[in-house]
Amino acid sequence: MTGTLAAIGAGLAVIGAGLGIGKIGSSAMDAIARQPEATSKIQTAMIIAAALVEGVALFGVVVGLMGL
Amino acid sequence: MLKNYFVKTLVFTVFSLISFTSLKAENHDTLTTKHDENHETSENSEYDPIPVIMHHIADAHDWHFFDYNGHAFSMPLPIILWTDNGLVTFMSSEFHHDNSGEHIVERKDMRFIKFNEKIYSLKIGAPAGFSYDTTTPVLDLSITKNVFSMLMSVVIILFVFFKTAGHYTKNGAVAPKGIASFMEPLILFVRDDIAKVNIGEKKYMKFMPYLLTIFFFIWFNNLLGLIPWIGGANVTGNIAVTLVLAIFTMIITNINGNKEYWGHIFWMPGAPVPVKIMLIPIELVGVLIKPFALMVRLFANITAGHIVVLSLLSLVFIFKNASLGAVSVPFALFISVLELLVAFLQAYVFTMLSALFIGTAVAEHEHH
Amino acid sequence: MNNPLVTPELGLIIWSTLVFCILFFLLAKYAWKPILKAVKEREASIENALNAAEQAKNEMKQLSASNEALLNQARAERDEMLKEARITKDKMITEAKLAANTEAERIIASAREAIQNEKLAAITELKNQVATLSIEIAEKILKQELSTAEKQKSLIDSAVAEINLN
Repeated sequence: MTGTLAAIGAGLAVIGAGLGIGKIGSSAMDAIARQPEATSKIQTAMIIAAALVEGVALFGVVVGLMGL
Repeated sequence: MLKNYFVKTLVFTVFSLISFTSLKAENHDTLTTKHDENHETSENSEYDPIPVIMHHIADAHDWHFFDYNGHAFSMPLPIILWTDNGLVTFMSSEFHHDNSGEHIVERKDMRFIKFNEKIYSLKIGAPAGFSYDTTTPVLDLSITKNVFSMLMSVVIILFVFFKTAGHYTKNGAVAPKGIASFMEPLILFVRDDIAKVNIGEKKYMKFMPYLLTIFFFIWFNNLLGLIPWIGGANVTGNIAVTLVLAIFTMIITNINGNKEYWGHIFWMPGAPVPVKIMLIPIELVGVLIKPFALMVRLFANITAGHIVVLSLLSLVFIFKNASLGAVSVPFALFISVLELLVAFLQAYVFTMLSALFIGTAVAEHEHH
Repeated sequence: MNNPLVTPELGLIIWSTLVFCILFFLLAKYAWKPILKAVKEREASIENALNAAEQAKNEMKQLSASNEALLNQARAERDEMLKEARITKDKMITEAKLAANTEAERIIASAREAIQNEKLAAITELKNQVATLSIEIAEKILKQELSTAEKQKSLIDSAVAEINLN
């Protein structure tokens, strides 16, 4: 039972992270399209932001693993 | 070219020799030893992928290659235990692949059992088998699969970078060639795109050795973990390893934290006094949360990659249909290729966030 | 926390700390230091070479510019000299002309003066001689006219008749 609940929780965390990283990616694409000369800076900022969002999702996944 | 080929062949031969000599030692035992896992699969019972996957991504005391006809083909690794009676060492083959706590190894008047890849010492008079009441845990300093893989990666890293450094010491500051021409762009990438950007022109040089070491350590271990059989150990997907790496970053960040960094933690400038007091615990938690996030991110990303690949391959066994391999193998291949990217990306992210944390700790603001 | 995946093992923690520390010190001392140094040196040498090239280019430019300037100066000097020479020549000519003219004028003037003087002297002598001759003639005439009493008497008469007493 806890395993199932943990899986659902991990899934929910992944939905959130997916939305968040998707938004970051789309914004970064927009920004790169608008300012191609700033690509490398935007990419760095994008990866930092994505890593932070992902970190939150991974907390969810790890908590899920703990319950497994 | 020829030299490289020779080195590869040599490594392979040495490796094969190690494994085969150990196989000889095991073979006559395996016939009489019970194999829980093998029995499960050979009796055509319901295949449960979770224990198999967990076994693959968890640490182990021997290097298991494959099973064939009930024989486990594996390389034994040394077991080193720190007990009340001092250091105890023996090879993991002494357990005869027993992982259920039934097989007892006696050393220095102590009886050891292995249960779920953990080693316990049985209390005096207690029967074989694991239970919390009859066993005491021991400090296990064994060369486990992860430790061995880590040592292997260290050898590779040292070989690669000593060779790179040798190129420069031999030829002076010339254009890179051979292995150096492959590694130099990466070193420059770490320097220019990670250290300089996040720490700043003035102070980045001090942290370059750490950032380079951590970057290549993570990257090489990630890649090694993706190679089945000779790699395949889940080093960077082990929370103990990522914990150590994250703690190193935390220590370096906080040792180098300047007045302003600590000022922002204990007395946030520009905030009213009650808010300042309220922010202290939050900021202190932040000091711990940052490396914690680093630890979890690397661990979860690498472990997740391994789990996905293994799950896809498990589909064949779950449905007991070899033709399913036509679907699951390309998928697993795709995920493996993706994992190559993730291997680099996670090394990059870990290094960059480390540099970012160090950068905020040493930054000097001109304003206020 | 019963999942072994998320439970860090103490043994592995100790091993990874040890391994990482050894790796760090070995790499820092024998790999990163020479590599970073070489890369930095190379970058510095490339930058130096670029700077030197730039400097050489600038120097070249400067040199050719100074050459040009020198040439221009020489040309200007030559022109100046030529011009000066021309001016001197003209001046000399005009001066000579002027001197010649004045000399000629002076000679002419002195000649004219001499002529004038000679003329005056001649005229004066002529006048003197004329006067002497006239006096001599007058003496002879008078001697002749007044040789008789009658003649003296008629003269006095006519003179008296001429006197008008009104």
